[in-house]
Amino acid sequence: MSVVTASAPATELPTTAFLARHLRENIWFYLVLIVGGVLMVAPFVWMVSTALKPAADQFTRDLIPRQVTFENFGRAWELMEFQHLVWNSFRIATLSTIGQVVTCSMGAFVFAIVRFRGRDLLFVLLLATLMVPYQMTVIPQFIIFRTFGLYGTDVPLYLPSFLGGAFGVFLLRQYFRTIPIELLEAARLDGASLFRIYWSIYLPLAKPALAALAIFAFMNSWNDLFSALIYLPSDLEKTTLPVGLALFQRLYRAQWALMMAAVIISIAPIIVAFFFAQKQFIQGFAATGIK
Amino acid sequence: MSGVGVRGAERFWVIVLLLPTLLGLALGAFGSIAATIGISLFQWDLLSPARWVGFDNYLALPENRSFLKALGNTALFSAMYVPATLSISLVVAVLLNQRIRAVGLFRLIYFIPVVTSPTAVGLVWTWIYSRDKGVLNAIVTTFGGEPVHWLGSDMALYSVVIVNVWGAIGEGMIIFLGGLQAIPRDVYEAATIDGASRFQQFLAVTVPMLLPSIFFQAVLSTIHAFQAFDYVYILTQTGNGGSSLPMLVFNIYREGFNYFRMGNASAQSVVLAVIVLGLTLVYSRLNKRWGQHG
Repeated sequence: MSVVTASAPATELPTTAFLARHLRENIWFYLVLIVGGVLMVAPFVWMVSTALKPAADQFTRDLIPRQVTFENFGRAWELMEFQHLVWNSFRIATLSTIGQVVTCSMGAFVFAIVRFRGRDLLFVLLLATLMVPYQMTVIPQFIIFRTFGLYGTDVPLYLPSFLGGAFGVFLLRQYFRTIPIELLEAARLDGASLFRIYWSIYLPLAKPALAALAIFAFMNSWNDLFSALIYLPSDLEKTTLPVGLALFQRLYRAQWALMMAAVIISIAPIIVAFFFAQKQFIQGFAATGIK
Repeated sequence: MSGVGVRGAERFWVIVLLLPTLLGLALGAFGSIAATIGISLFQWDLLSPARWVGFDNYLALPENRSFLKALGNTALFSAMYVPATLSISLVVAVLLNQRIRAVGLFRLIYFIPVVTSPTAVGLVWTWIYSRDKGVLNAIVTTFGGEPVHWLGSDMALYSVVIVNVWGAIGEGMIIFLGGLQAIPRDVYEAATIDGASRFQQFLAVTVPMLLPSIFFQAVLSTIHAFQAFDYVYILTQTGNGGSSLPMLVFNIYREGFNYFRMGNASAQSVVLAVIVLGLTLVYSRLNKRWGQHG
């Protein structure tokens, strides 16, 4: 599986003359990219700027706050009792991630190495589910969870992750197929069971792909608004960060400095993870483009 | 067909390992799809027993004003969102595929909105779009304009499209970069020797060779457009729980999970799925027709 990498930078030593020529030739490319980049980060810059202003200054239009304060973070945390929201989001995202990594790797292993009748048809059917809108499946699932008394609990938010999924199976299958089949054959000659081969050979070798899937699954669950909205009570102790923020918007209308602090609290974990594991984040998205 | 055959006891492990995926496929995907279609033929509020109504839920849709409004909004939204996302992310990807510096930094910057929660970032945009004190209206009034009601029913469509496009450029960029890097360098070198300018190369080499990626991204963007919900919910919700820009999924959410009209919500979901399926088929037809000549 190829990771999208940057095109190799020029190998010559960048002398001043070389740099000047390089800039002259590509000036328009840089200009467009920089202007676009500024537009991309501008909302985040404005978010940080507002969050650092004292409430009295929130309507000043200064980009650099006249007076920097961190009190909004503490107040937002107290008002919203963020410990519940963060814990709920974290718990659900962690369980979803475990479910996806375990069950998708199991399915992917079989699709990658075992030959059986109807395999290719089954795999095509699985991939076809990627094209099915979420709304096409959510109503019966809602009714089933409600029938079993799980409406209002967090079970409906992570249980579906324990039933595999086209994206994860596809991502891992591509990776498993790059592992030399000789390893498998040697282990089978030694009498290892398929489960052992999966567990002790394929999983350890597939760590990069597992990490990419784990990050993808965690992020999707952490950011999921719709499921929390329909299954969880709109109660700050029981719901997740996205719904909590939507409630914040209604409770503290026009308290922008506080709200921006709340937003930063809720996106900080993902942003930090993204800066450290950019490659794994991007890999998950790049995989959808591989045919 | 690659892979190894299995015998005897090994079959047991094959079934165990495949079980979650099979269950997901049978219950989570195809079972649920069949059930949604089934429920769409009933009237059901989950409190009283479901009542068979045949195709009445579908037949009522053309007279359902909130559905028609949502359908119209979704169509307009897609008509702007899909081409804008495709073209902007294509341009960014092509620029990042040149021999330039700081590619990693640019890629990081363009990708941030893809990983951050739309709900959270949507709140930042409500602040930017805010009518009274928002920074956008500050800019407008500085230049002598009248403050604009960005999220009111007149402007909400455009404002929400902008936010959604902003949030999706990074994803398209990554897909296109993958496609671009699969184009051999020597094709460009040959074109350069023939005296083609960079823009001519873009039209004559890049676009044709990238057509599969472009169609794939078109399908993906269309699915996203028809499922747009998070930004719509955060940016356009009105005091009474409605929206200044109701779209299909928002409407389904209201019908199904606020009013518990399960049959009606299912019928709307089926219509949504059929439209997405239809558009996907159109794209794949176009891909077959044009992609061959690349």
